[in-house]
Amino acid sequence: MAKITYIEHDGTEHVVDVKTGLTVMEGAVKNNVPGIDADCGGACACATCHVYVDDAWKDKTGESSAMEESMLDFAENVEPNSRLSCQIKVSDALDGLVVRLPESQH
Amino acid sequence: MSELGANVVILGAGHAGGTAAALLRQYGHTGPITLVGDEPLAPYQRPPLSKAWLKGEADADSLALKPLEFYAEHQIDFRPNIRAVKLRRSDKLVELSDGSTLAYDILILATGARAIKLPVPGADLAGLLELRTAADAEALKAAVGPGKRLAVVGGGYIGLEVAASGRALGAEVVVIERESRLLARVACEALSDFFRGVHETHGVVFEMGASVTGFVGENGHVTGVILADGRTLPCDASVIGVGATPNDELAADSGLETARGVVVDLEARTSDPSIFAIGDVAHRPMPIYDRMFRMESVPNALEQAKQAASAITGRPAPAGEVPWQWSDQYDLKLQIAGYAFDVDEVLLRGDPASGKFAVFHLKGDQIQSVEAINSPPEFMMGKQLIGNRKPVSKAKLSDLSVSMKEVVA
Ligand SMILES: Cc1cc2nc3c(=O)[nH]c(=O)nc-3n(C[C@H](O)[C@H](O)[C@H](O)COP(=O)(O)OP(=O)(O)OC[C@H]3O[C@@H](n4cnc5c(N)ncnc54)[C@H](O)[C@@H]3O)c2cc1C
Ligand code: FES
Repeated sequence: MAKITYIEHDGTEHVVDVKTGLTVMEGAVKNNVPGIDADCGGACACATCHVYVDDAWKDKTGESSAMEESMLDFAENVEPNSRLSCQIKVSDALDGLVVRLPESQH
Repeated sequence: MSELGANVVILGAGHAGGTAAALLRQYGHTGPITLVGDEPLAPYQRPPLSKAWLKGEADADSLALKPLEFYAEHQIDFRPNIRAVKLRRSDKLVELSDGSTLAYDILILATGARAIKLPVPGADLAGLLELRTAADAEALKAAVGPGKRLAVVGGGYIGLEVAASGRALGAEVVVIERESRLLARVACEALSDFFRGVHETHGVVFEMGASVTGFVGENGHVTGVILADGRTLPCDASVIGVGATPNDELAADSGLETARGVVVDLEARTSDPSIFAIGDVAHRPMPIYDRMFRMESVPNALEQAKQAASAITGRPAPAGEVPWQWSDQYDLKLQIAGYAFDVDEVLLRGDPASGKFAVFHLKGDQIQSVEAINSPPEFMMGKQLIGNRKPVSKAKLSDLSVSMKEVVA
């Protein structure tokens, strides 16, 4: 279990307990946190689960795959700390993770 | 008109219906929401049923759109195992299979589509499966395994995904397709040939141009598929994947306008202003192609759920989206954007032999659709260009040394 804070573009914070094994995307979607659309349900095919990972957490969230990099390269408002949240698996090590959401996923 | 307090009834608790219920609450709807579905499960995703889930890589929890508690926590009255049997629009009532009725101010039809059955002798034998629901997928998973012989009828995306998953589970798989090539209705020849090659490499056997005229069985269980040329292909189970038909009877019987699907506008509203229709059951306008049609895809279900929830809660209509879809087979990721309407040229970018290429369908110098294999840039950029209608340079588009960001003419 990890406590994850999702911060919407307008600053609204959602703090959610997410089960180990789920993804950061699933943690948001299953708790009705707005701002992560996840159209493909985690197949790394849509880039509508884009988040910015707070710098302090960049190492712990792991490397992104070539497929993820390639999808992100064409998403909107990409920054160096952009990730696809369906590709980040939740573990105890991510307890306290903070991610910010872009203005829009489309 | 603000309808935030309206009594909303949603028929069909699938991807579209479940999403609409959640979005209504997210958008501040305060009135009652009742979600009626004839399946035992709360809304779940179907795409993994032929892919990761079938191969055992995803569990039931990950299929569910939301945890079951979500519905009660958000005052959504979710009623499983109940079917809507009749719509009485003049009374604003729905009759349910348990004999009760439900009143509504606003109704959302999200009844989806069902698998088409083959009207041939033997079609009621045990071991003949379809793949639409989680229950269907359970039955299929139980029927395939090492050494089992699986006959897949229909070489469309779902059929091919089942074939790939079946091989991964160790089954012998034959795919029977009526047309002379795979994916005949949805993909170009280059892609058909490519997929056939990949599946053959993985040991799938194809019977092309073959129609199924019946099934034979022993003790009520299927043992073989009979083809029009007289041969019988032995099998332990068979999956029929020959397409789906919309569950639009409730709408049609109540006099709503239908056209192989319930006709709606860009707000997902039907010809009755208090009734919306979303997802696989809707026949909707698609302005970028200047026509109306019915789609069977998750992105379409999500977009229309958004349209309806926005209209009901008085939000501005969401921006139009480019339709798209994906498919996973073996280690291939296929991403498709748009539909190949009014196409006058088909252009290949990359070499299929490399396992990484894209097929662009053009109308003049505009992209109508793109099929991308293991090629996210081609998919992402192609999708943008389909949406903004910008002309592209065909020379650049077919030249791999020119990046996708530079193909705009
Ligand atoms: C095996 C499979 C793989 C797929 N793969 C992909 C993919 O990779 N990508 C993609 O984009 N799409 C895919 N799809 C399509 C996608 O799942 C559908 O487009 C999507 O589920 C449509 O959502 P819906 O809510 O309109 O319909 P559904 O999800 O079918 O939901 C409709 C629900 O309404 C219920 N219902 C029907 N009639 C009544 C009634 N009278 N009363 C009460 N309930 C009723 C049905 O039982 C069902 O539960 C796939 C579909 C299948 C079956
Ligand atoms: S959910 Fe689609 S890429 Fe993450």
